[in-house]
Amino acid sequence: MGNPKAFLKIDREEAGYRPVHDRITDFGEVEQTLNRNDRMLQASRCMDCGVPFCHWACPLGNKMPEWNDALYRRDWEEAYKLLISTNDFPEFTGRICPAPCEKSCVLNLYNSQPVTIRENEAAIVETAFTEGYVKLRIPTRNGKTVAVIGSGPAGLTMANQLNQKGYLVTLFDKAEAPGGLLRWGIPNFKLNKGIIDRRMNLLEKEGIIFAMNTAVDIEHLPDGFDAYCFCTGAEQPRDLDVPGRKLKGVHFALELLSQQNRILEGTEFSPEELISAKDKHVLVIGGGDTGSDCIGTSNRHKAASVTQIEIMPKPPVGKNAKTPWPEWPIVLKTTSSHAEGCVRRWNLCTKQLIGENGCVAGVEVEEVEWIAAENGARPQMHLTGRREVLKADLVLLAMGFLKDPSVELPANVFMAGDAANGASLVVRAMADARKVAQEIDAFLLPA
Amino acid sequence: MLVNIHGNKSHTIVDDALKVLENMTHRGAEGADKKSGDGAGILVQIPHEFILLQGIPVPEKGMYGTGLVFLPKVEAEQAIYLTIIEEELASEQLTLLKVRDVPTCSAVLGHDAAASEPVIKQIFVTGFREAADADRMLYVVRKRIENRVNQLKTATKGDFYMVSLSSKNIVYKGMLSSLQLREYYPDLTNKYFTTGLALVHSRFSTNTFPRWSLAQPFRLLAHNGEINTIRGNRAWMEARERVLSSDKLGDVKKVSPILQEGMSDSASLDNVLEFLLMSGLSLPHAMAMLVPESFDEKNPISEDLKAFYEYHSILMEPWDGPAALLFSDGRFAGGMLDRNGLRPARYIITNEGMMVVASEVGVIDFDPTTIKEKGRLQPGKLLMVDTEKGSIYYDGELKKELADAHPYRQWLSTNRIELDTIKTGRKVAHKVDQFERNLYMFGYSREDITQLLQPMSTAGVEPINSMGNDTPLAILSDKPQLLFNYFKQQFAQVTNPPIDPIREELVMSLHEYIGAIGMKMLSPSMDHCKMVCLENPILTNEQLDILCNIRYKGFNTVKLPMLFDAKEPEGLKKALEELCQKAEKSVDEGVNYIVLSDRGVDEKHVAIPSLLAVSAVHHHLIVAGKRLQTALIVESGEIREVMHVALLIGFGASAINPYMAFAIVNDLVEKRKIQLDYATAQKNYIKAICKGLLKILSKMGISTIRSYCGARIFEAIGLSEELSTTYFGGISSNIGGIGIQEIAEEAILMHQKAFQEEHDILPNKGLYAYRKEGEQHAWNPDTIRTLQAATRSDSYEKFKEFTTAVDQKEAPIFLRDFLGFKAQPIPLEEVEPVENIMRRFVTGAMSYGSISKEAHEAIAIAMNKINGRSNTGEGGEDTARFIPDADGSSRRSAIKQVASGRFGVTTEYLVNADEIQIKVAQGAKPGEGGQLPGYKVDKVIAKTRHSIPGISLISPPPHHDIYSIEDLAQLIFDLKNVNPNAVISVKLVAETGVGTIAAGVAKAKADLIVISGAEGGTGASPASSIRYTGISPELGLSETQQTLVLNGLRGQVKVQVDGQLKTGRDIVLMAMLGAEEYGFATSVLIVLGCVMMRKCHTNTCPMGVATQNEELRRHFVGRSEYIVRFFRFLAEEVREQLAEIGVRSMDEIIGRTDYILQRKEVGTTKKHQLIDLSKLLVMPSLENHAAICKVKEQEHGIDKVKDVTIIAQVQEAVEEHKEISLEYSIHNTDRACGAMLSGVIAKKWGEKGLPDETITVRFKGSAGQSFGAFLINGVYFKLRGEANDYLGKGLSGGRISLKPRARSKFQADKNIIAGNTLLYGATSGEVYINGRVGERFAVRNSGAVAVVEGVGDHCCEYMTGGRVVVLGPTGRNFAAGMSGGIAYVWNKDNDFDYSCNMEMVELSLLEESSQRKELHELIRQHYRYTGSPLARTMLDEWSKYVEQFIQVMPVEYKRVLQEEKMKKLQEKIADIQFDY
Repeated sequence: MGNPKAFLKIDREEAGYRPVHDRITDFGEVEQTLNRNDRMLQASRCMDCGVPFCHWACPLGNKMPEWNDALYRRDWEEAYKLLISTNDFPEFTGRICPAPCEKSCVLNLYNSQPVTIRENEAAIVETAFTEGYVKLRIPTRNGKTVAVIGSGPAGLTMANQLNQKGYLVTLFDKAEAPGGLLRWGIPNFKLNKGIIDRRMNLLEKEGIIFAMNTAVDIEHLPDGFDAYCFCTGAEQPRDLDVPGRKLKGVHFALELLSQQNRILEGTEFSPEELISAKDKHVLVIGGGDTGSDCIGTSNRHKAASVTQIEIMPKPPVGKNAKTPWPEWPIVLKTTSSHAEGCVRRWNLCTKQLIGENGCVAGVEVEEVEWIAAENGARPQMHLTGRREVLKADLVLLAMGFLKDPSVELPANVFMAGDAANGASLVVRAMADARKVAQEIDAFLLPA
Repeated sequence: MLVNIHGNKSHTIVDDALKVLENMTHRGAEGADKKSGDGAGILVQIPHEFILLQGIPVPEKGMYGTGLVFLPKVEAEQAIYLTIIEEELASEQLTLLKVRDVPTCSAVLGHDAAASEPVIKQIFVTGFREAADADRMLYVVRKRIENRVNQLKTATKGDFYMVSLSSKNIVYKGMLSSLQLREYYPDLTNKYFTTGLALVHSRFSTNTFPRWSLAQPFRLLAHNGEINTIRGNRAWMEARERVLSSDKLGDVKKVSPILQEGMSDSASLDNVLEFLLMSGLSLPHAMAMLVPESFDEKNPISEDLKAFYEYHSILMEPWDGPAALLFSDGRFAGGMLDRNGLRPARYIITNEGMMVVASEVGVIDFDPTTIKEKGRLQPGKLLMVDTEKGSIYYDGELKKELADAHPYRQWLSTNRIELDTIKTGRKVAHKVDQFERNLYMFGYSREDITQLLQPMSTAGVEPINSMGNDTPLAILSDKPQLLFNYFKQQFAQVTNPPIDPIREELVMSLHEYIGAIGMKMLSPSMDHCKMVCLENPILTNEQLDILCNIRYKGFNTVKLPMLFDAKEPEGLKKALEELCQKAEKSVDEGVNYIVLSDRGVDEKHVAIPSLLAVSAVHHHLIVAGKRLQTALIVESGEIREVMHVALLIGFGASAINPYMAFAIVNDLVEKRKIQLDYATAQKNYIKAICKGLLKILSKMGISTIRSYCGARIFEAIGLSEELSTTYFGGISSNIGGIGIQEIAEEAILMHQKAFQEEHDILPNKGLYAYRKEGEQHAWNPDTIRTLQAATRSDSYEKFKEFTTAVDQKEAPIFLRDFLGFKAQPIPLEEVEPVENIMRRFVTGAMSYGSISKEAHEAIAIAMNKINGRSNTGEGGEDTARFIPDADGSSRRSAIKQVASGRFGVTTEYLVNADEIQIKVAQGAKPGEGGQLPGYKVDKVIAKTRHSIPGISLISPPPHHDIYSIEDLAQLIFDLKNVNPNAVISVKLVAETGVGTIAAGVAKAKADLIVISGAEGGTGASPASSIRYTGISPELGLSETQQTLVLNGLRGQVKVQVDGQLKTGRDIVLMAMLGAEEYGFATSVLIVLGCVMMRKCHTNTCPMGVATQNEELRRHFVGRSEYIVRFFRFLAEEVREQLAEIGVRSMDEIIGRTDYILQRKEVGTTKKHQLIDLSKLLVMPSLENHAAICKVKEQEHGIDKVKDVTIIAQVQEAVEEHKEISLEYSIHNTDRACGAMLSGVIAKKWGEKGLPDETITVRFKGSAGQSFGAFLINGVYFKLRGEANDYLGKGLSGGRISLKPRARSKFQADKNIIAGNTLLYGATSGEVYINGRVGERFAVRNSGAVAVVEGVGDHCCEYMTGGRVVVLGPTGRNFAAGMSGGIAYVWNKDNDFDYSCNMEMVELSLLEESSQRKELHELIRQHYRYTGSPLARTMLDEWSKYVEQFIQVMPVEYKRVLQEEKMKKLQEKIADIQFDY
């Protein structure tokens, strides 16, 4: 293990973000990095627990104690090897994972200063790239072919896993470039797209065939594959069924986010298509991460104001007794985007969108109360009648995604990630893909 | 033993011998019926006159043989055996002169003894031509008779036993108690029944059940103790027999088997001794060969004698263990002690030519004026009398004669090759080809490297871990296992004390010899020395290479591949057969050693598990009679851990080459993961293995690897019986399991993995820390978090979530997961309330020191609240906790533990207990001691442990007052005396054989027996001990229950069980298996916040549970309420289960295995289907109707002790501090004198007791064991006479003085006047002894002051405080493990430094005046209390004598004293400055 007593002497140190005034002028990554020495010190804080709750909390089962130890010993290469033994793309998760591991870290319980697991992870993989530890691994082919549909986190993981096992994988995606939500959903200031391209380049060299701009659905499977796997995600956003929904200036969050990402890639949009928050009063409905991304993007558009509303009550700050360690804590989360400037309100239910000239101009909301139900059932929502109108000329709906209804699949057709389980974290999609990849392997090449 | 040195015969000797026996009744045991003894007997010279008077026409003395014979009761059957006797005698041209009916008085027998009573006849044999041949002929004929009987198919052949048959002596014995012997055999009271020597013995059996034939003495000897090495000795005797030839005996086959089957360890030793004697060896020669003293450089014996021992160690491995041996062949009589002196043997020689040797003094009265010499047998030393010549031989002369018989030194130096000294120019690689692939092939895990090999090769020690093993047994795991994992180490508890291999290193040895042992071990020859001597059994690659290439003195070797063809069905079986054949053939070709190697593994060839190969070849060669001619060496990639090496040696290998481990070490060095060069890293690794080996040996009480090799001191869990008998010499394996097929499958699986995929990173099997893809852990994130959430939020629902996660886990981890019970539900309301059930709950022994104050007290408060019991652990308890707190809660631990370190065990501590627990072993490290490093001993811990902050505290592996079961009985008696109201419990760890031990413990009068499962937790244990020692609680408990019931002993003891118990279901199953009470430890810690960091040993527990760090303790979140909730939930769940079963109370299910069903559906793998738990479910009560739970109290017999009389007379003194002086005579039967009195005083006045010398008691005579034990402040015991073992045990402030009787003529300072292990665990008080004492004086003394005039070995061992003055000679190993206090030794002959163990202490002359003053004062006090002439002389010429003293000061202690001094000085300076 690292240094058994380090946690007593060394505090958690996050690399932190670039200063707000600096970062909101561009779409570059906001997070900074520590130097290698400090990173090593951070890794030394890991206590190599007999029961590593971080490892348990991680859907991928990353072995934090082991690679933190390697990091502490400055054995970056071993750390990297350990990391990729459970995680296909640590450069993604190291940037955008909400890190359930850190919430479950025993040091989080001890003094709310968990090991900087996510940052350590990113540091390991980035060093591995710079130092050349990331090597091409071209597998021996086993003669079987698989079609993977969808190139988001699940699809990429699936393709990588099967490719490494020797299957010839063709990766289909309806979009023009691979990455799915990683590419189109997550803003560049959190995940630079060059990171994705770097990996795609590797995957291609390792033999994965990319078939972009190709929509595939279950009714029309391409011929010539031994198995198919749908990793198409949960794309259906939850809609808002209130008067005024059809007004101009009301968009799903992803419309804004994916457009912005495409603009940065060089795609040009006509003024009619263009969604811009510049000088607008932006209202984001939905208090989750996607909403937060909308805030960051709007601020970078130089919006006049940004407000985020949420129907649920404001979660407790710091600790929540109802979700004790090592569970995922339901507490107030303030992201880098929040810190860049916005108003956040809770307990507000959207009643109607008010238009002016066919364009949205305001949103009428009503305050709600949540009445705790007996015997632990979900609390009941109760309208209070207190209504108000919030000024808004750009409304972004970020209220989550719906799962497609399950369908019966032929024996050689599989499904993984959000498409199978509904919208969730990138790591969960990746973990599921690894699991299903094994099933496909067992199906195609039984022992 | 009583001998008239001149051989004068009289009946008085018989009578006195019987008296001796009767005076040692407390050393024997009685059965459940309170009448049957475990066995007693007497060996005497043949009473010729008596025989003539019986009208038997025997010829002259020495020309006839006689002996008793046990025969079956059925008359018709008797004839069969008598005919055999007659026929066999006839075939040797001897005549059966007469068969006499031996008169017996059956009426005295107890029920058990009567049930198996034989008919006893005495036979008379004549027809010898020469008296000199008689005994040899009788021996041969007796062996022939025994062998013929053995071949019979009759049901009664087990009842036939020839007690003795000799022309010189005769043995009378039986399943009798000491008192019954005289009455049972009227012969013995006939005044014409005379002898010149008599040897008596009474038995306290622990490893075998009492039988008539097992009573002692045997034909030549009586043995007090245990032969720990017996398994190896027996196996090697069997092997040896095939190649033995004896000129005197002629064809050895006639007397084969030399060892009678089914007998005790002592009987086997007797068998071999008899054989050696009959083959012409002298008694001393045979004894020195069988029970050699240790002979390394730490032992002060001549080089010639060392050579004698070394030579014989090649021929015979030591028969080792605690042993006081008394023997006689009718002419010679003598005694000898084992190498470590673990049994007492004191002797007295009178002016009238009588010598008495016995375990105790005072067993027979002599006029003080007639005593010429009082002494004790010393470790490894002999004492012998020749009754014909009328002379006494002491050890020195006997051994000198032996050593001078042949030029052993020269023989050795010219023939024996020491491998370490051979150099070679050849280059040998540390690397292996295909390194990565081999890692997979041999099943390496990342943990093997990071948790084992890396620390071992860096630090040279085995890594320490904490908390228990909660992973599945090998047979239950769904991951392929190394064969090693199916085995568990066995260990000594109670009967055979473990040894401290670190502090008592001088008795340990890892020296191995490899080569062929000649065919003629009985004829001395230099050829026997043609051996390769290894410093230790680990061979480096270079050494193996040398061995394989020696072409010197006819050395010859062959390498046999341990491989099998994976593709061939039955490939493994075939390969093994071939391997055995090849090995046999190699022996025939004269190969001196065979190397079994798996170096040749490749795609087609799978490695045979090395253990299987070695064991198969070893046993095959034994059966073929070819084992001794060769040695087995293993070269295998599998071997990495200490346990692996121990197993291979235990199953027959002499040397081991773990080449993959070396390759890994090399890899670590090359990758710079360890900052050492390869040579150092390899040295460290080997050192760690050797240290670990010594530890494993010593936990069985074995000192040398020679007697460990082939001894199979293991048991298996999950091997099929067939496998065990075919390949592993039939070691115990109780639940069935895998066969050869499954072994092959597991091996092939690993092999395939190695060839299947490409791997970047070695998998982590998650043994030491939880991993998702690794082995299951019972304590995992889900069980931990649900249990914590349930108890914190007071949610029974959440608790159910926890128990569901435990009870319905994915795959079984414990054996109980395969058990269910029959259900016939009744309404829940009818079941007894939770309060009743909670009384049965106790918490585990966790010391304050291993866990934090907060955690320790929270547990005590909670357990007191629910009327359960908490356990203080080994570390004393702050006296403030004995008084309830203001809010009514109590922080007092109901159970006070007495462990080997005796930390804080004062009289006050003991009287404040509801239960006193003697910890014999601990689940996570049975047979091992512990050490609390000085930096962890803070002020408060030091206070409760009665030591000094900063001083390391060592818990020895054994209790130094428990070397045998009778010692345990004595300790129980001591503790019961101090606190008659406390339940005395004995904590044992589950292993095969624990039932027999428990039966002994029940007879030793424990009130409660705790069976600890091996999975129990620990604050710090070597990693291999946690994983590989002991067995599951289910197995231990059911064996204990069945054995106790079978012997009718269950009714008098309660049984408690612990080991990973978590849920109501666990409790109900344990109840059905026989436990009345249930222990919890880890679960309680988890309730208090523990998250299984497994960092207890590093003092960095972030939850503040298992740490003393104040910063960390602030993070402690536990509360006693949580524990109360936990136990309430648990009891509630038990109630639900009881309702489900259909019973109303716990009482109704204790021991009711008939409620249990084996659940077949649980199994998830093929291996699970092989498990058979039916042996666990046997209910012997169905046959013998004995009690299956505790129904009555033990009779401790403390109502008649001397203290009862004393207490009655000192009422006023105790109540009102009125001074009183009393006088009594005392006998060795008066044991633990002063303990009860001290208990009474401590109860009333606490630690401070009474004002100095309020009570003065003068005793005259021989005090029994534990004289003045726990004697408290204000009491002064003045003993005039002598004392036995344990004087001043646990002394708590009292004063004891001892000097010889007034009219004694012998010189006090030259004679032994008190026994072994005095002042053990004393915390304060004073002792003055005008005379010498035995071994281990002042062991673990932490504060008492003692002056004595000579001591045996290991004086001041583990001492942490106090003062010891020795005005005379000292034995070996003075001050071993001494971390505190000071000793002053009179270094008259200027040789003290040789005897002193310098590991932890410094020697110096007395330079400071304060020390001189202190010593002067101590000697002055000594003179004052004993009037010692020596003290007088010294005081008179003080300036001369003071220069001859050496001060022994522990370095740690010196530092602490200096720091204190500095602190005081600084305070003074501060004061002065303040004044200005």
